[in-house]
Amino acid sequence: MKATDIKNPEYFHKVVDCQHACPAHTPVPEYIRLIAAQRYTEAYMVNWRSNVFPGILGRTCDRPCEPACRRVRVEEEPVAICRLKRVAADNKEDIRDLLPEIPTVKNGKRIALIGAGPASLTVARDLAPLGYIIDIFDNQFAGGGMMRSQIPSFRLPVEVLDEEVNYILERGVNATFDVEVDSLKSILDQDYDAVFVGTGAPRGKGLNLPGLEDASASVHLGIDWLSSVAFEHTHSIGKRVLVLGGGNTAMDCCRTSKRLGGEDVRVVVRSPFEDMKASPWEKEDAMHEGIPIYNNHVPKEFVVEDGKLLGMRFQKVEAQYDEEGNRSLVPTDEDLVFMEADEVLMAIGQENSFPWIERDLGIEFDKWDMPVVNEITFQSTNERVFFGGDAAFGPENVITAVAHGHQAAVSIDLFCKGEDVNKRLAPEVNLTSQKMGVHEWSYDNAIETDKRYVVPLAPLEASLADRKMEVELGFDVATGYKEAERCLNCDVQTVFYEDRCIECDACVDICPTDCITFTHNGDEDELRTRLTAPARELSQDLYVSADLPTQRVMVKDENVCLHCGLCAERCPTTAWDMQKFLYNVAQAGQ
Amino acid sequence: MSYQVPRFRHPELPKNELGYTKADYEGSISTLCAGCGHDSISGSIVRACHELSIEPHKIAKLSGIGCSSKAPTYFLGNSHGFNSVHGRMPSVVTGAALANRDLLYLGVSGDGDTASIGMGQFAHVARRNLNMVYIVMNNGCYGLTKGQDSATADEGSASKKGEPSPFGAIDLCATALQLGATFVARSFSGDKEQLVPLIKAAISHRGFALIDVVSPCVTFNNNPQSTKSYEFVREHAEATGTIDFVPMRTEITTEYKPGYTHEVTMHDGSSIHLYKVDEDLNPFDRRSAINTIEDHRANGTILTGLIYMDEDSRDLHDVMETSQRPLNELTEAELCPGNKMLQNINASLR
Ligand SMILES: Cc1cc2nc3c(=O)[nH]c(=O)nc-3n(C[C@H](O)[C@H](O)[C@H](O)COP(=O)(O)OP(=O)(O)OC[C@H]3O[C@@H](n4cnc5c(N)ncnc54)[C@H](O)[C@@H]3O)c2cc1C
Ligand SMILES: Cc1ncc(C[n+]2csc(CCOP(=O)(O)OP(=O)(O)O)c2C)c(N)n1
Ligand code: SF4
Ligand code: SF4
Ligand code: SF4
Ligand SMILES: [Mg+2]
Repeated sequence: MKATDIKNPEYFHKVVDCQHACPAHTPVPEYIRLIAAQRYTEAYMVNWRSNVFPGILGRTCDRPCEPACRRVRVEEEPVAICRLKRVAADNKEDIRDLLPEIPTVKNGKRIALIGAGPASLTVARDLAPLGYIIDIFDNQFAGGGMMRSQIPSFRLPVEVLDEEVNYILERGVNATFDVEVDSLKSILDQDYDAVFVGTGAPRGKGLNLPGLEDASASVHLGIDWLSSVAFEHTHSIGKRVLVLGGGNTAMDCCRTSKRLGGEDVRVVVRSPFEDMKASPWEKEDAMHEGIPIYNNHVPKEFVVEDGKLLGMRFQKVEAQYDEEGNRSLVPTDEDLVFMEADEVLMAIGQENSFPWIERDLGIEFDKWDMPVVNEITFQSTNERVFFGGDAAFGPENVITAVAHGHQAAVSIDLFCKGEDVNKRLAPEVNLTSQKMGVHEWSYDNAIETDKRYVVPLAPLEASLADRKMEVELGFDVATGYKEAERCLNCDVQTVFYEDRCIECDACVDICPTDCITFTHNGDEDELRTRLTAPARELSQDLYVSADLPTQRVMVKDENVCLHCGLCAERCPTTAWDMQKFLYNVAQAGQ
Repeated sequence: MSYQVPRFRHPELPKNELGYTKADYEGSISTLCAGCGHDSISGSIVRACHELSIEPHKIAKLSGIGCSSKAPTYFLGNSHGFNSVHGRMPSVVTGAALANRDLLYLGVSGDGDTASIGMGQFAHVARRNLNMVYIVMNNGCYGLTKGQDSATADEGSASKKGEPSPFGAIDLCATALQLGATFVARSFSGDKEQLVPLIKAAISHRGFALIDVVSPCVTFNNNPQSTKSYEFVREHAEATGTIDFVPMRTEITTEYKPGYTHEVTMHDGSSIHLYKVDEDLNPFDRRSAINTIEDHRANGTILTGLIYMDEDSRDLHDVMETSQRPLNELTEAELCPGNKMLQNINASLR
């Protein structure tokens, strides 16, 4: 193998599993250390810079970082990265003085943002400090998009949402609410320098089953129903509720129903339990609230009598897999199952819809009627129009919308300056030795074996009685500290200087997880078979040195390195050093 | 400074026949200097014992005084241990081995502990062919007392702060051969590929097995004027050949590598294969072994690898015809068979 080029920031970036997996590449271990040091405000600001909504995301994020966490490979359960973010948000001081200045003299460029969800708000936050004139239009009464209309208050209190949305809207942004944009042309005609479309995927999918027409008064689309609850149009639901679907929307629908008077609330899903789209913790939360999940039930028909919904019939199925692992749901020979219901919520998915975008504006649409959007620049085929969030490539989540927003802001800034939008900005990186003395490090290198801590919940009965009462209480400061100590500091990199190595094997002997080998070089596949410990995790890189005096090379499998620093402590010549690698994605104007 | 090795281990660590991983053979975190050769030897011992699937409670590690003699704390944390007086480890092993012949005795010593204060004990334990593995972590100095020259320091070699040694070195391998040792090898702490199979072979050998392991003292004797530095040893080591250890339980067909020149079946049924052995060396002939050591010394090179082994070794228990059952398992009735038996014995001597 060629010697690893550690000057390439992407090498060490990949070693920080959580940060790498985060769509916005939040410097996770950096803020976790700040939490352990009780420097909550700084921890919050590290987050705010990258993900814009630390308090919101600390409660609702889809957490792609957690399955990626190194702790999963070393132990079992990831660090509770998401809920630690909330500890920073809950305990921070007033941060308003730390927010970037908004210039009073503008740069003369006008940008229109359509929709005020997380994607648009991120674009606004990144561009306003650069002097752009920002006009936001949204059809809801306040900003936040689906964070306001869909995510129920028992998961995300309105105060938390308002606080973080207002950090943006109150600072040099012109927002117009309760306005439906029904023509993109009308916006373009106002001579904006650029337009960002962040209108989400607002249309719920339904199931056209026999009996629907007669039952329609008692059957609702999940996302429409959730927003009518959020906006206080709906205050109650029947006693017996069937929720169709297995994703996170279904989980929010059933839990909300339970709080609005539903007594016998059931989730009914076609697929097997394990294949459901909802995150494992959302399923757990629903079941904890006494909501049963009926899997392998395909809805067949609504049963209506005298114009009144009585219930639904379902076909029981069995999942069968062919050789390629493709699943088919094969009906069993059992009779149809009847379930009684007063109301039914259909939560089987959402989709985009752009009836308000004229098709003669130079914006190309593909065969699924989705705009053609560049995945890196977020520019459409009309160079003045950018897309991001759920509007760009279909429904995702808040953190993805934020990541899109940052990149779209970079593109819009380049575009308005007349520069090539394809010239992406290099990340901001910094590599600093953590050595303080012969065997002293400026990070806490001891490895804690504590199991993941559980976030405490409000009493079940009280929270079911009040849809606005937050269910999760968050970690207290002491538990937050302990959970933070579980982090392995994957950003404190093991940096190897081959010219200092005397090949004494001290690092090989001490390494608790057998990461290091000195051996002759070879092709990666072959080299992986000759290392001190099995190196079968191909997604994890091998760090290979240049040739050493014995013509061997140092090979380090990054897979289960604990970043404990023992290799560097036991090295007599400081050929190993522990160096903190800070990586920040460049933002607009940098 | 870390006072503990993290408890997490590689999740796919191979298990041996007993279901143990290498971690089950480790000890506490080393307090030796960073980079000390002794730590690598500890690593090789851990590997050899794990790969041989020896039950940790069937091993006793014994040592004298010195950095090297401290090392047993840093491996085989689940085995028996005895840290004796300076140079006196051989007597303690002898006593232990006579009381319980069923344990594997692993003596760990230094060049000071063996070639100076313990020379007399070393001579006799070798001569008696006690069934043990005797590892010398040889750094040419008294590391623990800050690097004074030891009796294995080569003439003209100088430690970091010292004068060139005016005396010739004691070669422990040559000495052991003359004293009657039945397994003699030399190795280098920085060469696990050689050292691990040698330790395994020494463990399988029935009788006194010496491995003299050159083990640089990074703090006091790793300077350019020293002949026990990492660099000097790497440049001057010459292996007698390579050695492969084939455990008894392994099916012969799977492990055979072609091209070996000697195959030796060990007492416990396992075998060792020797490859490309030095043309001048017959490792089964004591005189050839001594000559080869002397030839290398004259050429200024360090002979490593298996130097000698006696395939027909008879250890102390064989020679003394001691009880097959360990003494510590004999009951009082067996040990004191009574007055009638005593009368019979006395009568037979009249
Ligand atoms: C029930 C449910 C629960 C969810 N829970 C989570 C969760 O816990 N965590 C998570 O990360 N994600 C969650 N999501 C997904 C997440 O809400 C979205 O992915 C995210 O909000 C998308 O952000 P966006 O900025 O792209 O668009 P949106 O948040 O959808 O914002 C778009 C805004 O544009 C407005 N708009 C649309 N068209 C027009 C128009 N023509 N004129 C004016 N305004 C318009 C919309 O009303 C809306 O306010 C959930 C989604 C649903 C449905
Ligand atoms: C009876 C006695 N005499 C002297 C000492 C002092 N002493 C301690 S260690 C040592 C030499 C150890 O040298 P070596 O065996 O080579 O071990 P190393 O530290 O080099 O590994 C001496 C002389 C002692 N502890 N006991
Ligand atoms: S251990 Fe810490 S730094 Fe490493 S992946 Fe997990 S949260 Fe990130
Ligand atoms: S930091 Fe060094 S010693 Fe610790 S696990 Fe990683 S490679 Fe091994
Ligand atoms: S003094 Fe020398 S022998 Fe002793 S621990 Fe340090 S390096 Fe090893
Ligand atoms: Mg010594």
